[in-house]
Amino acid sequence: MSAARVLRAPGFPRAGLGILIAVGFSYGITTLVRALYGWGPTIDGEAVTTVALIAGPFGFLIGLGAFDYWFRWARGAPTIPEDHSGHGARTWKDYFRVNTDHKVIGIQYTVTSFFFLLVGGLMAMLLRAELAEPGMQFVNANAYNGLFSVHASVLIFLFIIPVFAGLANYVLPLMIGAPDMAFPRLNALSFWMLPVAGTLFLLSFFAPGGSFSTGWTAYAPLSVNAPLGQTFFTVGVQFAGASSIATALNFLVTIITMRAPGMSFFRMPLLVWANFSTSLLVVIATPFIAASQFFVLLDRALGFNFFYAPKGGDVLMYQHVFWFYSHPAVYIMMLPGFGIISEILAVKARKPIFGYRMMAFSLLAIVVLGFTVWAHHMFVSGMQSWIRVPMMITTAVIAVPTGIKIFSWLATLWKGVLHLDTPMLFALGFLTMFTLGGISGVMLAMIPFTIHVSDTYFIVAHIHYVLFGGSLFTIFAGVYYWFPKMTGRMFDERLGKWHFWTTFIAFNCTFAPMHLIGIEGMPRRVADYSQQYAGWNLFISCASFVVGLSTLIFVYNMVKSWRGGMKAPANPWRAMTLEWQVSSPPPIFNFDTIPTVVGGPYEYGVPGAVHGVFKGAEVKSTAEPAEAGTAPAGD
Amino acid sequence: MVVVGVIASALGIVFGLSIDWFPTIASVQAEKIKTLYDVLVIASVPIFVLVVTVVIGAVIRFRMRPGQEDMDGPPIHGNTRLEVIWTALPSMIILGLCVYAAAVLHDAEKAPAASAKELKIGVTAQQFAWTYTYPKELTGGAPLKTTQLVLPIGRSVEFQIVSEDVLHDFWVPNFSMKIDAVPGLTTRYRVTPNRLGTYPVVCAELCGLGHSVMRSQVQVVPPTAYAAWLKRKTAPPKATTSGGTAGAGNATAGKQVFADNGCGGCHVLADAGAKGQIGPNLDDVLKGATAAAIKTDIVDPNAQIAKGYGPDIMPANFGQTLSASDLASLVAYLKEATS
Repeated sequence: MSAARVLRAPGFPRAGLGILIAVGFSYGITTLVRALYGWGPTIDGEAVTTVALIAGPFGFLIGLGAFDYWFRWARGAPTIPEDHSGHGARTWKDYFRVNTDHKVIGIQYTVTSFFFLLVGGLMAMLLRAELAEPGMQFVNANAYNGLFSVHASVLIFLFIIPVFAGLANYVLPLMIGAPDMAFPRLNALSFWMLPVAGTLFLLSFFAPGGSFSTGWTAYAPLSVNAPLGQTFFTVGVQFAGASSIATALNFLVTIITMRAPGMSFFRMPLLVWANFSTSLLVVIATPFIAASQFFVLLDRALGFNFFYAPKGGDVLMYQHVFWFYSHPAVYIMMLPGFGIISEILAVKARKPIFGYRMMAFSLLAIVVLGFTVWAHHMFVSGMQSWIRVPMMITTAVIAVPTGIKIFSWLATLWKGVLHLDTPMLFALGFLTMFTLGGISGVMLAMIPFTIHVSDTYFIVAHIHYVLFGGSLFTIFAGVYYWFPKMTGRMFDERLGKWHFWTTFIAFNCTFAPMHLIGIEGMPRRVADYSQQYAGWNLFISCASFVVGLSTLIFVYNMVKSWRGGMKAPANPWRAMTLEWQVSSPPPIFNFDTIPTVVGGPYEYGVPGAVHGVFKGAEVKSTAEPAEAGTAPAGD
Repeated sequence: MVVVGVIASALGIVFGLSIDWFPTIASVQAEKIKTLYDVLVIASVPIFVLVVTVVIGAVIRFRMRPGQEDMDGPPIHGNTRLEVIWTALPSMIILGLCVYAAAVLHDAEKAPAASAKELKIGVTAQQFAWTYTYPKELTGGAPLKTTQLVLPIGRSVEFQIVSEDVLHDFWVPNFSMKIDAVPGLTTRYRVTPNRLGTYPVVCAELCGLGHSVMRSQVQVVPPTAYAAWLKRKTAPPKATTSGGTAGAGNATAGKQVFADNGCGGCHVLADAGAKGQIGPNLDDVLKGATAAAIKTDIVDPNAQIAKGYGPDIMPANFGQTLSASDLASLVAYLKEATS
């Protein structure tokens, strides 16, 4: 193939060309505008970079081919029916192009997210190395602030949020008996925005002045005055956020319109309920963080003074807009995990979920309450004081629906036949550790206590109990649970158990002492600390390195098992939900016969009960590609 | 199992209360917050123990045994009475805690009975230093701007906090109360120190490069000592220079000025044992500098910036916060220590 043809076909060469064109455009337009206004210097590196950070990703995405179908359709040209011929993956190369198969996208999402888990985890190791003893050893203050900021941003925006979207992408259409997501091309675009956001975050380390270093919260006005690296965050978040919103819309439409015959809302598996609730949160809340970062971008790039008090700016407004997203984001990072745990506990305890309807309703209650509590992050911010007590009450009340879930899971275990394999161990680990995170959460709702511990290591302990002991444990549970379905292989159970126990113990040794040093008075986000905290910090650092090593067991297990694990049967767990009723991995359009749902998803122990039956006409899974001109209109 | 749970809860509560969680309590407010925390521990431990006990109990009693591979549990779908209980009971506990916490909050923030006697002290936060303003109502003369915070024991004090640049947070861990310093706003809180001693002042809100070294100290002293200190600080400058000639400055006094103003938080200076990493190493950059150049470096840090460091990092107001004699002493000390 000639070079010109390579550059015209969708793919990485064209994506590279797209970036070059975008950078050239940014250079041209900023220079032109600065020349017209007579601003000196005419060529300003910071201005060019800011525009290039926005334009470059579009050049990349267009070059990669994420928009090809829509562009053709929009200008009336014959479309390429890539949704059929390009569906599915035959070689590993198919994971590196725009693919519309939800199963391919699910794996793209999951693997990419785990890559960022390792990157973010590595940063945590560097942070703990620096904190192992008082004084400055490995990095300077600027690099330290940069590391913890990128650590949090990467793990929140590029690991926890997208990995849940990835797992759900794979199993949710299968669970509701659908052949794919409602909007497969939008799904592909959603995925490809993630590596873009991640690349921006990591590239910030090469910016003059270092990476963004104002925390993942990027509070103004610090973020407004920060060096250029901050713009990489400001813009990167927009792509991660757009990806989240598009996926959430996709889930909502898929769940509402594409359920198999007979699958009423109250016959849906709880994972589907959980992602329905999460998607509602994402669609409503995510635009707010986009707005908060646009404010910062406009302040930085164009001097809008949104947050510059002497010019009438309002510093507290940033925090209100930011937390109106970022508190619901906590539930965005937790509710899908609740769904995973419900699936695993029912199957592994061989019992129906206790109080199914209350489990579903409590998810919706959390969604509603989740929007009424954001200012509890601002109890010491200097905002109007009367709002604190109402926000304390709503915050504490969220413990009620969450408690309903915990107690219902416990009741599900009771009298079951517990299969204590790796997914189940992680699920039980989640139950206990998340309870601890929830309890410290209720403590933090209590205003006077929060006044003392806010911005201390108590907060660090709390969020890691919720996001590591909570979210990450559910993610590990889910990855082990669906590994046979996604890869067609069984994982190594012995290594899985090793992974669980080392992680569980080292996790507690790392984060439990942080409660203590936080109350004792050690502030968070400090590169150096006073001598009195030295002992615990050394202990914490050592324990954190064990957490790091334990993750390598997981990576080794996944890689080894994927390459050469035992072939997985269709339904190794004797589960009832639909994804286990098809081969592992499933056929290209998921179901050779459309299932009909005739009962609940968790009828374990009920004699003769089934969730879905396969009857009626066989669906042609090897359908001929539809005629190009008659392909369904763009999505 | 109920017995195990009750015993474990009791042990857990004893364990939770026996840990010395808080730093030395040095204010009335901190005492109340510590009591609130104790109540929270007592309420929390049984819930955690309940969950752990049920999980471990279920694992012991109901784990799959050989021969049960294909068995299922009984198809129990729910129990309305249980679900009502575990909705209602936590709701009541939580609302009770909220009422109690609101009462503690009210107590911690309410004005003292003798509000006329309350001290009102200004706190100015800037990257990366704290300065305190004793208004003319306290000094009886001109307002006193100082980097030292000295409080009399047993008297309510309201801090009025402003920021000159970005967000900071004024926190004395031993007093427990804190609030952000917000550009454009004056935020405030009050404490009543009730224990003599010297306690750290900490910036709790990420404020940039020097956040971790934005430290100061508060001394809680007897009322008479407070009055004496205030009188000494507001007396004409010549009374405060201890034996040095006012114009040339006294290097020994300057060493104390260096320590009192937190210079070592950001700078290396071998003579003072300072190991700060935010700003340039004074042993290197001041070597051979004239007294005039050193003085300019202190009062106008942006005039000449050491290679590799950015502008606007060092506070630019030491010219205002240091007295003329202190400044002269500091310059004399730095010249002597780096020559």
